[in-house]
Amino acid sequence: MTTNMPDLMSQTWQVHTETPPTPATSVRDALLHKFDIDELLNCMHCGFCLPTCPTYQQTGLETYSPRGRIALMKGVADEKLSIDIEFEKNMYACLGCRACETACPSGVAYGKLIETAREVIEDNKKCQGNPSFIRKLVLKNVFLHPKRVRTFGTALWITQALGLQKLANKTGFIHILPREIAEMQHVVDKVASPSKRKERRPILRSEKESILKIGFFKGCIMDEMFYETNQATARVLSKAGCDVVFVENQACCGALHAHSGEKSDATNLAKSNIEAFEKAHVDFVVNNAGGCGAALKDYHHWFANDPEWKERADSFVAKVRDANELLVELPPLSFHKPLNVRVTYQDSCHLAHGQGIRNQPRQLIRSIPGVELVEMSHPDSCCGSGGIYNITNFSMSMDILDDKMEDVQHTKARLIVTSNPGCLLQMKEGIIRAGLQGQMEAAHIMDLLDRAL
Amino acid sequence: MLTEDLRQQLISVVGQKWFLDSPNELHAYSYDATPLLQSIPDAVIIPSSVQEVSMILRMANEHRIPIIARGSGTNLAGGTVPVQGGIILNMNRFNQIYEIDEKNLTATLGPGVITADFHAAVEAIGLFYPPDPGSMRISTIGGNVAQGAGGMRGLKYGVTKDYVMGLEYVLPTGEVLRSGGKNVKDVAGYDLTRLMVGSEGTLGVITEITVKLLPFPATKRTLVVYCHDLYDAARIVEQIIAAKIIPATIEFLDQATMKVVDDFAKLGLPLDMASMLLIEQDGAEEQVMQDIEKIAKIAHHVGAAEVHMAATIEEGAKLLTARRSALSALSRLRPTTILEDATVPRARLAEMVQEIERVAHKYNLQICTFGHAGDGNLHPTCMADERDHEEIERVEQAFEEIFHASIRFGGTITGEHGVGMTKSKYLHLKVGEGGIELMERLKAAFDPNNILNPGKVFAKRDRHRIVVRQS
Ligand SMILES: Cc1cc2nc3c(=O)[nH]c(=O)nc-3n(C[C@H](O)[C@H](O)[C@H](O)COP(=O)(O)OP(=O)(O)OC[C@H]3O[C@@H](n4cnc5c(N)ncnc54)[C@H](O)[C@@H]3O)c2cc1C
Ligand code: SF4
Ligand code: SF4
Repeated sequence: MTTNMPDLMSQTWQVHTETPPTPATSVRDALLHKFDIDELLNCMHCGFCLPTCPTYQQTGLETYSPRGRIALMKGVADEKLSIDIEFEKNMYACLGCRACETACPSGVAYGKLIETAREVIEDNKKCQGNPSFIRKLVLKNVFLHPKRVRTFGTALWITQALGLQKLANKTGFIHILPREIAEMQHVVDKVASPSKRKERRPILRSEKESILKIGFFKGCIMDEMFYETNQATARVLSKAGCDVVFVENQACCGALHAHSGEKSDATNLAKSNIEAFEKAHVDFVVNNAGGCGAALKDYHHWFANDPEWKERADSFVAKVRDANELLVELPPLSFHKPLNVRVTYQDSCHLAHGQGIRNQPRQLIRSIPGVELVEMSHPDSCCGSGGIYNITNFSMSMDILDDKMEDVQHTKARLIVTSNPGCLLQMKEGIIRAGLQGQMEAAHIMDLLDRAL
Repeated sequence: MLTEDLRQQLISVVGQKWFLDSPNELHAYSYDATPLLQSIPDAVIIPSSVQEVSMILRMANEHRIPIIARGSGTNLAGGTVPVQGGIILNMNRFNQIYEIDEKNLTATLGPGVITADFHAAVEAIGLFYPPDPGSMRISTIGGNVAQGAGGMRGLKYGVTKDYVMGLEYVLPTGEVLRSGGKNVKDVAGYDLTRLMVGSEGTLGVITEITVKLLPFPATKRTLVVYCHDLYDAARIVEQIIAAKIIPATIEFLDQATMKVVDDFAKLGLPLDMASMLLIEQDGAEEQVMQDIEKIAKIAHHVGAAEVHMAATIEEGAKLLTARRSALSALSRLRPTTILEDATVPRARLAEMVQEIERVAHKYNLQICTFGHAGDGNLHPTCMADERDHEEIERVEQAFEEIFHASIRFGGTITGEHGVGMTKSKYLHLKVGEGGIELMERLKAAFDPNNILNPGKVFAKRDRHRIVVRQS
């Protein structure tokens, strides 16, 4: 640790040095009111979270640590610091991996704190008519419009991001190096053709006597970039005794919006999902992306001040399950194809730290005949993907990834198994960066199970 | 404030990257793990060599700018809070282990090495560095040395000060000195190494440390003892020692502490018990089992409600890890957690626990107690709310009474956390006015301009806890 300063990032952000005008007092009060002071005070500065924080490990700087970030939030809440570009940089330099939450003996709900901080930043910008371009464009133009995502698939992901870059350059706000996009591009699998997608039936019946009717939450990135993994997940679930319904009119989970301070967009997406799954009358809402799952399970907190929706969110949340979580509760899968491969499992942060799901995927992996699971020394330390972090904070993300790959290589595994699309992309990128193409692969756990069934 | 000229000179020493002074950066180095204390520094510098430290100190000395050495900022005495502003000198880039000398059983390392990382490195080759403060996963060895840190294995193995054999340190003049070394016996002049240990950054900046190592014990076993009564636990501790058994660790947790620890670590503790003891013995297999059996017998005899041996070494380790989280876990209860470490000779443990309960009751405060029972080092911890000034005032009074009590029992005001800012006004209770004066004269010999961590150890004696300085 303590050697790597985030060079690229500091350069990137130094473009914009003048402090924005402070909003009028009443507006500022309303903004600052959003901070949960009790939760901020709950942090007793013990520092137990520091060794688990990937950005602190990279930099050795207090400003890049959970304890430091909480102190900065408190500084802003107490009006000792202003909501300026430096504060924004620091709040967005966090991966949102929530490893600090697992480590914190005081039970500080860091995930909520960082969401609020970003909400305050974004709201502050809106007050000044100065929205954050990069995030706004990615989030509003891509994820809010399921149709657009569907039409363009991966291509859209890439081109939108490139389009962003032009705009960003024009405004001088942020430089996204083409390299970042290019590097991400070659890790993306070929997108399923539209005709293939049309073949998807709305219900995949259980192969055995049906035990449960589950609504499958597709996830927007998941369904575009990893269509086949979604199909595989449905097959695995159907072999485990579930009728799998691809519920209509479902939307993006809203996680990226919530993590980026776009709270109202996030709640609108949540409402669409709650409605869609209510109509489907299913026993469980099942997903295979740790990041989405953590958000879906958090919906009731998003409606804390809206009694009607809070109640509906409560019943929705009670039904949400990660596919790993559900599968270990069902009768064991019968595998027919032994795989004879050494694998290592990279925890999805939002599965492990967000939902406490650690053993279930490992149990499933170990149950596959011929598969040997070898653990990394820090399997639950973030791979650096962090939602759109690898686009907004490319250099730090890659430093974290390089450390991760070193850890992976010690296991001598041929396959890195993950349980979240962002992690999967990032691990694929890691394999390329480490020059291990052909020797190592990355796969979603559901694909692995599907291959062995 | 630093003049622009000085600022540029300092930058030229370490480079722009390691000189921080933006508002967020200064704010992030304005606190440590001590509650209620905050003060904004003028700059944060992160040097990487002794030459850089020497140059920075010389410049600061010339301009009378305070220098506050900092490890990971986990001390609980306000030790790294820059009360008079100045430069935070973060030593965490000195994070290399230079040598592990298996022939002499010593290791030489930088002060920025994380304590637990150092444990892992020596244990990997069958060696043992016993000092293990609760914060070891993040504290630095430099911070441990400067603060004279203790830990859970103090009873049998002693504390940090018992392991430091040699040091390299820098004085405000920029002089780089060495003291001690690898010699087990060394009486050449005053023991300056010992003087630096626990000096809390007020005498010099430590840049290299040589410590003593031991062979790693063959095995260990953990015993958990639950008691219906607080005093039974204290009596068990007394009886174990009286039976001439010295366990590696005897930790004590009262009921409220058990509850929060269980909440965090999900251990399934019996929460109807008034207190628990965690007892660990290490050494050769046969001896360990013999001792553990004897201890179990004593515990039953004194009236323990339940005695239970951890099935595996891992289970024992899990319990001790959970114990390390006690302080942070207690902070779940109320917004502000204030802890002290009044320490008494072991034989007075029961009386001290009783006294703490009485004081808590008198001032209508919630005080939980846990700590290193084996060495009489208790951590009475008060849960309060910093926004309630009247309550904080009562906390202040309660701790004052607790300090007086521990002195009365032949104890001390701080066993391992140091004086810093929080206990400076009680220092005279322990060392007397004469002691303070002599310490001040020593300080002046090392640091005549008082630039090294000013306002610590013997600060103004009427200082109260709430010190928030704005730049
Ligand atoms: C939850 C928790 C549990 C704890 N448990 C224990 C425990 O069991 N036992 C115990 O003894 N303590 C304990 N502590 C207190 C604390 O962790 C120790 O005092 C530790 O030694 C501090 O290390 P640090 O690296 O954080 O030092 P810092 O807090 O950064 O600094 C501590 C002091 O050392 C000085 N210093 C640091 N580096 C240098 C240097 N290179 N040269 C000169 N001076 C320097 C600083 O100026 C300061 O005065 C605990 C703290 C917490 C938060
Ligand atoms: S572990 Fe928790 S209480 Fe301790 S510094 Fe981190 S967030 Fe704060
Ligand atoms: S969420 Fe992850 S990156 Fe952010 S502070 Fe916590 S541990 Fe660090």
